[in-house]
Amino acid sequence: MFGTVAAYPRWSWWMSLGLFLAVSLGGWTRVTAQTVETSPSIPSLRELVNRLPEAQDEEARRALLMHIAAGGDAATERVFAALERGALYVDRRSRTVVEGSRKGSRYLLTDVLTGEALGEAGRRDVRRIPVDNRLRAELRTVQALGALEARDPTVRQAAISTLLGSSDPEVHKAFERRRGVEPEAALRSSLDVALAIFALGGHDPKAFSAALNTLEGRSEENVRTALRQFSARSDVLESQQVRAQRLLERAENRLRWLARLEALFFGLSLGSVLLLSAVGLAITFGVMGVINMAHGELIMLGAYTTWALQQLLPTQPGIALLLAIPTAFFVAGGVGLALERGVIRFLYGRPLETLLATFGISLILQQLVRSLFSPLNRSVSSPEWLAGAWEIVPGLALTYNRLAILGFSLLVFAALLSLMKYTRFGLQVRAVAQNRAMARALGVRSQRVDALTFALGSGVAGIAGVALTQLTNVGPNLGQAYIIDSFLVVVFGGVGNLWGTLVAAFSLGIANKALEPMVGAVLAKILLLIALILFLQRRPQGLFPRRGRQEEQG
Amino acid sequence: MSSSPGNSPFLHRATIAFFLGLALWVPVANLLLPAESPLALSSYSVSLLGKYLCLALLALALDLLWGYAGLLSLGHGAFFALGGYAMGMYLMRQIGTRGVYGDADLPDFMVFLDWSELPWYWWGFDSFPFAMLMVLLVPGVLALVFGWLAFRSRVTGVYFSIMTQAMTYALMLAFFRNEMGFGGNNGLTDFKDLLGFDLHADSTRCALLVVTALTVLGSYMLCRRLLATRFGAVVTALRDQEGRVRFLGYSVASYKLVVFVLSAMLAGVAGALYVPQVGIINPGEFQPLNSIEIAIWVAVGGRGTLVGAMLGAFVIAAVETLLTAQFPEAWLFALGALFLLVTLFLPRGLLGLWERRGHG
Repeated sequence: MFGTVAAYPRWSWWMSLGLFLAVSLGGWTRVTAQTVETSPSIPSLRELVNRLPEAQDEEARRALLMHIAAGGDAATERVFAALERGALYVDRRSRTVVEGSRKGSRYLLTDVLTGEALGEAGRRDVRRIPVDNRLRAELRTVQALGALEARDPTVRQAAISTLLGSSDPEVHKAFERRRGVEPEAALRSSLDVALAIFALGGHDPKAFSAALNTLEGRSEENVRTALRQFSARSDVLESQQVRAQRLLERAENRLRWLARLEALFFGLSLGSVLLLSAVGLAITFGVMGVINMAHGELIMLGAYTTWALQQLLPTQPGIALLLAIPTAFFVAGGVGLALERGVIRFLYGRPLETLLATFGISLILQQLVRSLFSPLNRSVSSPEWLAGAWEIVPGLALTYNRLAILGFSLLVFAALLSLMKYTRFGLQVRAVAQNRAMARALGVRSQRVDALTFALGSGVAGIAGVALTQLTNVGPNLGQAYIIDSFLVVVFGGVGNLWGTLVAAFSLGIANKALEPMVGAVLAKILLLIALILFLQRRPQGLFPRRGRQEEQG
Repeated sequence: MSSSPGNSPFLHRATIAFFLGLALWVPVANLLLPAESPLALSSYSVSLLGKYLCLALLALALDLLWGYAGLLSLGHGAFFALGGYAMGMYLMRQIGTRGVYGDADLPDFMVFLDWSELPWYWWGFDSFPFAMLMVLLVPGVLALVFGWLAFRSRVTGVYFSIMTQAMTYALMLAFFRNEMGFGGNNGLTDFKDLLGFDLHADSTRCALLVVTALTVLGSYMLCRRLLATRFGAVVTALRDQEGRVRFLGYSVASYKLVVFVLSAMLAGVAGALYVPQVGIINPGEFQPLNSIEIAIWVAVGGRGTLVGAMLGAFVIAAVETLLTAQFPEAWLFALGALFLLVTLFLPRGLLGLWERRGHG
């Protein structure tokens, strides 16, 4: 207290010096000076805030909060936020309202309007302004009522959504007033719905049928609540009640369908992830018969390539992501090529040894990434054109990143399929896979084909890693999460059959997401694994067995 | 590949001597010798040795299956963990009212989850003989069902490996769930005593080690005996030429099934001996990585040799203890490199190296 008094003359001296400088120097100094001059609203807001502890009963509090919100001062938000946090205190010494935070047994005080530090206070000097859930709700309502008049239509829409379902007559009045002046058609119809909900809760029988007409085809939660309450009322016409009942049923039906569609979309999305991570394996394991346990780590390398490129181009996450697709293909493909030349080719015909050796490689790659970068996860940012969602109908929104990955997975699949089917290289790969000796006799350089095929499958794994960065964080254990799933997808689809991999990936993805709402995510996965194991034990060749004779593996 | 079970008589005798010696020396060195004697053994070393012995038994179980029947199970960690859980459940019941909540009927984690009564699958675990029966039966029955389905459809080679891996993965996810009633994430721990003996007492630790050493030795002798019979010959034959054995009229699936079930039971016993010595069992034991590690123990020691598998487990577990304490980052590099080097340059493992020199 004394400190402030003592500081007062010094402060004013600095102020006059500032004003003098502002006048004499101009430029941005003048701008600061202007803000000082043109803030006459601060005292009035300050006065209002200082009145907060006096407003004891609900009505006075509401009126005061409305008053504060109506001022439109930039500092209002600070005040409300501090109030909601319960960080507002009455300073008993100056009888002002300040923002405070605990520091041990004392309090650090700041000016709630400007954020300026006001020094410390003891426990006895301050009293907290209590905040309960009712005050919080009140605050939200008051803020939303203010936002209803905002210039930005999205802010207004959000305000309507917040206020929807309130039975406050104040809100009703505000909705009616806004409906008269609202320029946006979409917002007008939202306001109509909101008013119809009020009408259903009111006592004007004439308004009921118009309100029911408005609510037709709507399925928001507040609408359903209003319809449910209306159909349970005893003082309305039975025909109208039946109508409300029917609307409610239809709304709930629609929601069920939307939920199913959403599950289907998530299933397709999961399927696309499975397809991407398994399709490279479908080449190396399916066509070549090589068990590559390091496949997951090749995916991880692709993901880290994306992260590294984004570090190089920090301002262009989109371009970095696009560049990452070919880069990751070559990085992972290169590692795959080195693996094939350095390790795997010595182990052809010994699948169990290949399994163990490649597992060793996967451990080394994991630890390498952990030691080189960090054991912690890295996050890869999404470019703007992948943010957001495509809202097909209200209540069903498909996020762009999942849609993009779905499209991308199909693109990669189509590219691989045509590569295997229509190119000379694809022909050679199939020839070597079917009958190595005959292919060699006809002049196919089988060793070269082996190396390139393995590099191709590995490169595709790298591409999968690029896509995965848009869904999950990048970490050293990324690959582990996909390896078992990928193998099961390939075996389930039928080894050596790319179409089988496609069908297997999507059917497993959809089955997983269809089970999830019923039993939960983990149990869904367990049940699916068990089902898959049982299926494969009955039909080891998978869904689409390879045709023709095939020598026994072992 | 060497098909003689147990290798040279010298190695066989050395193995027996090693386990018997361990069973005699450890109690003396730990309990009788004064701590400053150079031959004395700390309590920490006793439990470490006990742990290695359990892993050696696990490796023996896998070698029986992989080395002789040619079936590489990447889910043997699951059988080990199931045996461990059966023992853990008995030990949990022994805690009685000494838990944090002091509930006589329910283990602590169930009280914590607000369960009102003991689930049916916990019934009977108050009794030691019942729990020991379950140590054998639970892994055995799982292997029986899994194997019957797999071998009937002639699932072999890598397919068998991938599916056993999926099995242990599914079990891991399941045991992580609190609703399963096995303590979820934390597993079972805070054990007090076994058959009335305090688990933290040195004498109990030494007794457990002796029991473990004798069990491993007994299992080794059992496997050796079994493989020396006509049954063993058929099993080894089907590893090398499955088609030919089938054409000769043998029911290949039944032979594989017997070996698989026996091997799973041995793994379960290993788990049951492991849990009281390390004091905890949790779902991490079901991790696919653990199961693959067993395969590398066997491969390093030399598969199809029994002794080699146990040797591999001992050597690698000891290296792991050293490296993870001294250079934690180096351990995975070393393990990875081991996988590579052994498969590329040491297809018959350490024992193969030793034997080649011996014969050459």
